[in-house]
Amino acid sequence: MMAAATNANLLQGVGIGRGTAVGPVIRMPDPVPQPADTASERTPDEEAQRAREALTATATQLRQRGESAGGTAAEVLDALAMMAEDPALAADVQHRTEDGATAEYAIHAAMGSFRDMLVGMGGYLGERAGDLDDVAQRAIAHLSGLPAPGVPESETPFILVARDLAPADTATLDLELVLALVTTDGGPTSHTAILAREKGITAIVGASGAAALQDGDIVLVDAEAGTVERDPDQERVDLALQRTATLEAIRAQSSGPGALADGHAVPLLANIGSVDSAREAVARGAEGVGLFRTEVLFLGAEKAPTVEEQAATYREVFAQFPGQKVVVRVLDAGADKPLAFLTDQGEENPALGRRGLRALAAHEEILRDQLTALAQAAAGSDAIVQVMAPMVSTAQEAQYFRDLAHELGIAIAGVMVEVPSCAILADHVAQHADFMSIGTNDLTQYTLAADRLLGTVATFQNPWHPSVLRLIETVGSAGAAHDVPVGICGEAAADPILAVVLVGLGATSLSMSSSAIADVRAELSMHSLDDARRLAALAVSAESAEAARAAVLGAIHP
Amino acid sequence: MAERTLTVASTHGLHARPAALFVKTVTDSGHTVELQKGERAINAASILGVVSLGVNHGDEVTLRVQGDDDEAVLDQLATFLEKDHDA
Repeated sequence: MMAAATNANLLQGVGIGRGTAVGPVIRMPDPVPQPADTASERTPDEEAQRAREALTATATQLRQRGESAGGTAAEVLDALAMMAEDPALAADVQHRTEDGATAEYAIHAAMGSFRDMLVGMGGYLGERAGDLDDVAQRAIAHLSGLPAPGVPESETPFILVARDLAPADTATLDLELVLALVTTDGGPTSHTAILAREKGITAIVGASGAAALQDGDIVLVDAEAGTVERDPDQERVDLALQRTATLEAIRAQSSGPGALADGHAVPLLANIGSVDSAREAVARGAEGVGLFRTEVLFLGAEKAPTVEEQAATYREVFAQFPGQKVVVRVLDAGADKPLAFLTDQGEENPALGRRGLRALAAHEEILRDQLTALAQAAAGSDAIVQVMAPMVSTAQEAQYFRDLAHELGIAIAGVMVEVPSCAILADHVAQHADFMSIGTNDLTQYTLAADRLLGTVATFQNPWHPSVLRLIETVGSAGAAHDVPVGICGEAAADPILAVVLVGLGATSLSMSSSAIADVRAELSMHSLDDARRLAALAVSAESAEAARAAVLGAIHP
Repeated sequence: MAERTLTVASTHGLHARPAALFVKTVTDSGHTVELQKGERAINAASILGVVSLGVNHGDEVTLRVQGDDDEAVLDQLATFLEKDHDA
């Protein structure tokens, strides 16, 4: 850990964004332990009674929460309450208690069998299967005298401390009341971090020391420093709040195209996945799109949509960006987002398997259809449409993709640099690509050989790592030598200080969640290209990710 | 007992919200109602049962209602199923 963590009240983690927040802690209860299948010491009647009582209490509690929440949340919670008091479930539970199960285990097992059935039905119902787990956990928590799982309720603003947040938790989170998020697990690409970035919430992830925080502790969360401080001095609080106010003032003033202090232009683009996010990007001042993820249009589909269907969606997105660049990533089926018609089943190591361009080359008709649809949509649009291929590892693949794109009528075709081999040989790849765009999430995963979806190795998933920065530097130099633009389209570009370093390493444009654009624009405007190069040199020569960040922060705020 | 076979009109079938509304209508009626699709019949007061039938738009289902006033309740439930709740 960093030297800064010497004070027992100062906890270190990875900061998301650069805000600060002060307030009382509310802890998210840990998941309810799974009940053991042990024989009951009570009579079957007693267990049946306990189970009924717990399910009724759970239904009542869910309805009360629904009534106070109102709107769609009320409908969702009411449906959960109906599951808790479902007669078919009650019959199954009763059956199990008669066979000698405890109430806890009977509820767990009965819900489990219904859940498996829903999962088996797939689609929307499969997605709702998690609701049953939620209901079962609540009933079991009631029986065990534990706090109900899920986001705790509060009338006043608080700092939420959790192990990590699941998508279901964040759906019921009242963001108005959350001053900041602190997690003990998870890294900068965890669900919590992505949510925080999207919504502009101050957050610290992976702060393992935060496990010791108690409800009601007053903490100062400083995302820029990546620290959580218990019982902070008033002086420290004032200083932090003042810095946030200054930043907000700078952010409020910054507008227009991205540029460094010396006027060197750095276009700020958005990462989008749908027509809605395209509109949001425009509203937030994006100068175009650096990454249009097209998987969303295909997810859940049994077969690829037709050329006409695809072209219609692409047209809608392109129409949002007249005269601006839109970089479309062709289908990236992968470990975390398999597509039935493209992804091989049963690979032992899907992140290293036939994904990205490898899968498309094996099903070339799908790639041809998509490029044809993109060319059609581009022809009738004022946007400057470019395409790029995911998971390119060799110069030959770059050449294959560019030739195909040119053949099908798309003039500008580049590669995503996510695989270390592609970065190391960037001088060769650059000769077969119209541009290169670095996907820092995957590049970090592959460079440090740490699964980005696996919490236990989340600390490796840090784009500040000098090994990753050196690869980016190699790509930047190759781009400059061959006059090929080098973009960044990973979460790294959304970290304002790291964004400056990336420009220093040779990035010519930055693409990010559009909510991060204002912060990045403000930070860039405070440094010249010489500054950025000096900071980049400090970062690449550091020993670790933490040391790289500390060196750069130290140089900016001596 | 009153019985009727009809075609489900809801665009997304009897899933999620329409299923919850249907079960609510059943439990509010206080009657014993059976819903059958194909060979399988379930207690219509069970949301898990209703959802597990996997009733889709255009599916043919049979409703059976027991109790006083069964015809009126059957009419109400049939009207519900023949209306598009996702529209």
